[in-house]
Amino acid sequence: MSNIKQALQERILVLDGAMGTMLQQYKFTEEDFRGERFKDYPIPLQGNNDLLSITQPKAIKTIHAKYFDAGADIVETNTFSGTTIAMADYQMEDLVYELNYQSAKIAKEVADEFTAKEPHKPRFVAGSIGPTNRTASMSPDVNDPGYRAVTFDELRIAYKQQVEALIDGGADLLLVETVFDTLNAKAALFAIEEVKEERGMDIPIMLSGTITDASGRTLSGQTAEAFLISVSHIPLLSIGFNCALGANLLQPHLEAIANKTDFAISAHPNAGLPNAFGEYDETPEEMGEQIEEYLKKNLINIIGGCCGTTPEHIKVIANIAAKYKPREKLLVSSY
Amino acid sequence: MKLSGLEPLVLNENSNFINVGERTNVAGSRKFLRLIKEEQFDEALDIARHQVDGGAQIIDINMDDGLIDGKEAMVKFLNLIAAEPDICRVPIMIDSSKWEIIEAGLQVVQGKCVVNSISLKEGEDKFIWEAKQIKRYGAAVIVMAFDEVGQADNYERRIEIAKRSYDILVNKVGFPSEDIIFDLNVFPVATGMEEHRKNAIDFIEATRWVRENLENVSVSGGVSNVSFSFRGNNLVREAMHSVFLYYAIQAGMNMGIVNPAMLEVYDDIPKDLLEHIEDVILDRRDDATERLLEFAETVKGVSKEKTVDLSWREGSLQDRITHALVKGIDAFIIEDVETARQEAEKPIDVIEGHLMIGMNVVGDLFGAGKMFLPQVVKSARVMKKAVAYLNPFIEAEKSDKQEPVGKILMATVKGDVHDIGKNIVSVVLACNNYEIVDLGVMVPPEKIIETAIKERVDAIGLSGLITPSLDEMVYLAKEMQRQNFELPLLIGGATTSKAHTAVKIDTQYQNAVVHVNDASRAVTVVGDLLNKKTANEYVAKLKADYEDFRTKFLKRGKEKSYISIVEARQKKYAIDWDTSMIVKPKELGVQVLKQLSLKDLLPFIDWSPFFRSWDLHGKFPDILNDEVVGEQATHLYEDAQAMIQQVIAKQALKPKGVFGLFEANAINDDDISVQKKGKEVAVFRTLRQQLKKRDGIPNIALADFIAPKETGKTDYMGAFCVGIFGAQELAQSYKDKDDDYNAIMAQAIADRFAEAFAEYLHKQVRTKHWGYAEDEDLTNDDLIKENYKGIRPAPGYPACPDHLEKETIWELLDVEELIGVQLTESLAMWPAAAVSGYYFANPEAKYFGLGKITDDQVTDYATRKGIDKDKARKWLHPNIAE
Repeated sequence: MSNIKQALQERILVLDGAMGTMLQQYKFTEEDFRGERFKDYPIPLQGNNDLLSITQPKAIKTIHAKYFDAGADIVETNTFSGTTIAMADYQMEDLVYELNYQSAKIAKEVADEFTAKEPHKPRFVAGSIGPTNRTASMSPDVNDPGYRAVTFDELRIAYKQQVEALIDGGADLLLVETVFDTLNAKAALFAIEEVKEERGMDIPIMLSGTITDASGRTLSGQTAEAFLISVSHIPLLSIGFNCALGANLLQPHLEAIANKTDFAISAHPNAGLPNAFGEYDETPEEMGEQIEEYLKKNLINIIGGCCGTTPEHIKVIANIAAKYKPREKLLVSSY
Repeated sequence: MKLSGLEPLVLNENSNFINVGERTNVAGSRKFLRLIKEEQFDEALDIARHQVDGGAQIIDINMDDGLIDGKEAMVKFLNLIAAEPDICRVPIMIDSSKWEIIEAGLQVVQGKCVVNSISLKEGEDKFIWEAKQIKRYGAAVIVMAFDEVGQADNYERRIEIAKRSYDILVNKVGFPSEDIIFDLNVFPVATGMEEHRKNAIDFIEATRWVRENLENVSVSGGVSNVSFSFRGNNLVREAMHSVFLYYAIQAGMNMGIVNPAMLEVYDDIPKDLLEHIEDVILDRRDDATERLLEFAETVKGVSKEKTVDLSWREGSLQDRITHALVKGIDAFIIEDVETARQEAEKPIDVIEGHLMIGMNVVGDLFGAGKMFLPQVVKSARVMKKAVAYLNPFIEAEKSDKQEPVGKILMATVKGDVHDIGKNIVSVVLACNNYEIVDLGVMVPPEKIIETAIKERVDAIGLSGLITPSLDEMVYLAKEMQRQNFELPLLIGGATTSKAHTAVKIDTQYQNAVVHVNDASRAVTVVGDLLNKKTANEYVAKLKADYEDFRTKFLKRGKEKSYISIVEARQKKYAIDWDTSMIVKPKELGVQVLKQLSLKDLLPFIDWSPFFRSWDLHGKFPDILNDEVVGEQATHLYEDAQAMIQQVIAKQALKPKGVFGLFEANAINDDDISVQKKGKEVAVFRTLRQQLKKRDGIPNIALADFIAPKETGKTDYMGAFCVGIFGAQELAQSYKDKDDDYNAIMAQAIADRFAEAFAEYLHKQVRTKHWGYAEDEDLTNDDLIKENYKGIRPAPGYPACPDHLEKETIWELLDVEELIGVQLTESLAMWPAAAVSGYYFANPEAKYFGLGKITDDQVTDYATRKGIDKDKARKWLHPNIAE
């Protein structure tokens, strides 16, 4: 575990690309999603990508392997929606532990194979912790701004369950990502700290927020710097941004935090902005060109891709990343 | 120390004193306590907002009261605050003596808060446990100088407890030292008790010790305690607070709870008072307290209050009603009208008597130019309120209703959404006892015709702001002729003109057509038109006048000469593309802004057009001091400011915008090919000036400002659309309350915000997203004068009068899908407070007027655009030379 910190000193680490985009190519049917085990499940399961770790584990392993092949140092587990809160849509709250455990386990198996083949380049598994589909600091009802669809404690308990299963399954680190509401992220961090204390262990945490539009704020209204300040009470491995924007549009927000923290900086942008059909059509070369701008500016320690990115994108990104030195951590003066 | 709300608050050695707002504290504010008890959360939020607006950088929230459920109130209030970006932009201080309330608060705030407070009062174990939790929630903490023995009340105890607390927090808990704030207990001085003499100086000296010996920490305190013994003598208290702060800040106190209203400027404290207070604070004399007490008596009771002049209330009933109407004061009108009703034989007499007498005075003053439009609209508000009060009495008596002098149909024509002018004219006419049938905006001609017949109106008024509306008006005039109407037709709105009315509309309709672009003229014009005795004569004169105007106008038009489009293209504005600087935008592609705050737009508002929309002409801010309209302009401006505050507070208006920056090249002389990664995604068709000019003066088209394809250079352009949502609803909510003044105000303000948004976004694009003018430093005045580099012309305006190009912008930026601004069939934008246009960055790009074009360009344009020539003629006709 400590060797990810060492690797981070030596080079820019590459995170994998999109899981969903890759899964789309399989065109899994309702039957495929159900597999044998859930063939009589009372509600439709198509679209529950996290479930594929159980019903189509080969596909998930293949995708992880493709990303490692392309040069990724870290793959994310297929657990973006692996909380009781997000799984409520499929009435699969009870399956949460198993989903996370299995997802971490199969990712770790693939990682270990690659590490064995290339011991000079150890591979890591990041347990992906998504934002859930509810927000703790905004009301879903415009006429009742004081209402909340989820509480801090509900989130904390759900995240704790996910974190424990990810760790048990073999995750080397945890990635709290696509944070659109800082309070949700704080609940996840709180849960992780509880698990760490209860188990007397440490595990590196990556945290990645999402800036939704050109106003430069998160969905819950914080500026990039306010977001950074709100989560800096936990010793993070890295902080950064992912999703919502393409690489070029993400750059100013990375610049806004890069010289204000001594955590490592991560970015995994989308392959551009979606076109009229909701598809991402930025080519690996186009994206690579923009990402090279980050590296030239010494902004990055961990780089990868979000929506619309594929192993081809990661390959280009890994090749570019290999040419540059990682961002040197600044010694941020304490106030 | 770093804290955050929606925005960061960073405190370092160079920071000024951080002011913590204290009014949202049930223990400190009786009003706040009452509001929370009565669950009047909206008003409670106003207090929080007022604190932030007043400069509080953190707001302290305390719900500790025996009669309220503190935990529930804390959570509810913090949740509501989270929905108010203008409040929750600052960090929150969660203030309670109960841990369960503190924890409940920490669980609902996304930013980094301050907990107020913890202490060693109940021993180390509890202290450590709470500190650990606070650390895990990610908050800073105030530590009170309090331990198992009691509260620190002298210098030694303060530093003893501070040191012990610090060591535990830093060494045992691992609490970040920069997140520790000590409250070293501010206690009152000059109480008469010997042991209180050193209260202030001990605090100050302990502060100095803590800041010098405990690394990274902050020191805070509640300042008003120090002057507690002078309650009731604010003059002395205010001076004491500033003297205390003056010395405490020098010693290192860097934050505190201070009521800014209870603070004198240190330098403004009279010398003698200052000396007495310093003696007390710094404990410089044995008799300091006695001397200050004595002196305080002499300065007590100096009142600063201002009274409202109510002497007009002593006049006769009619004088009072007239005064209320003329001054637009509605505070007493119901009371006065009720008195009048009791005196009158029939309630209707009050309207026809007292109120009409008053309104006639208003009408006379307005006619004489001694009252201005905003005042008249305010008068109307008072009138409406009075009539609304009387109506039930009139109904009850079933007496004859008041006979209006005429019934006027008002409508903004099909495809157009602008109705400020129409609303103003409606109000002014209504004030003069006309009944108004207002059909609103985007009214199809069939409905106007149908309603006019059904309601038996006496005249029709049409309004429009965009050029296609002119055609709608012509069409309606034709229809009225075809259906043998005899009603007068009134034409108004920004795009209309006497020339267009005379040449295009008047010729279609045999009866009266009048161009009225000035609300103050509407009353006399309508009066003349409807006066049965003189109407015929007036209409005949009008027709003759328009005929005459038409002849002269058409003659004048023919004196100009034009060159062919081919020739004009040879005289294009020539930029030397070999040397011209092309800057590649930093961010290509389309971006959306939905979370912008109206506050960010405030500095970009251009006020002059606001006053014009109220018929007050002059340049802002000079207009506020104008000899004639200055007073009115000032009132109007104050009312506008008040509404803006409200709109911001309630988020009643919502700005949304989208813009895109693209690769572009000029092609075929006058077109601009817009590309994404080299692929053409849209083509803008621009129009070229054709007026014959002197040698060396170019005939410009917007395409001239973009590098032609043949140069082999990649150039860039942008497009944008911004809109203000919610104005319609807001205006309606005022109309529902018979408050046309504020309804019109709401729309006028929304228009200003839309323009301000366009200005703001252009600046962001210039300095950030495109970044070609990164280091520009322009004042708002410079912006209004368009001193910036690059331009943002809008389709429908002089450089590119063709509205059709908006459709291209809409497709290119996916405007409707992304932000919801729609185009009507006349290509007006909805909501009406919206601006769209292009961005050109070339330093040589400038605004120009297209002027008239000739038929060859219309044909060419139709071919280029792939539309038939009739369609092109229809859209371009205001610019086609006759």
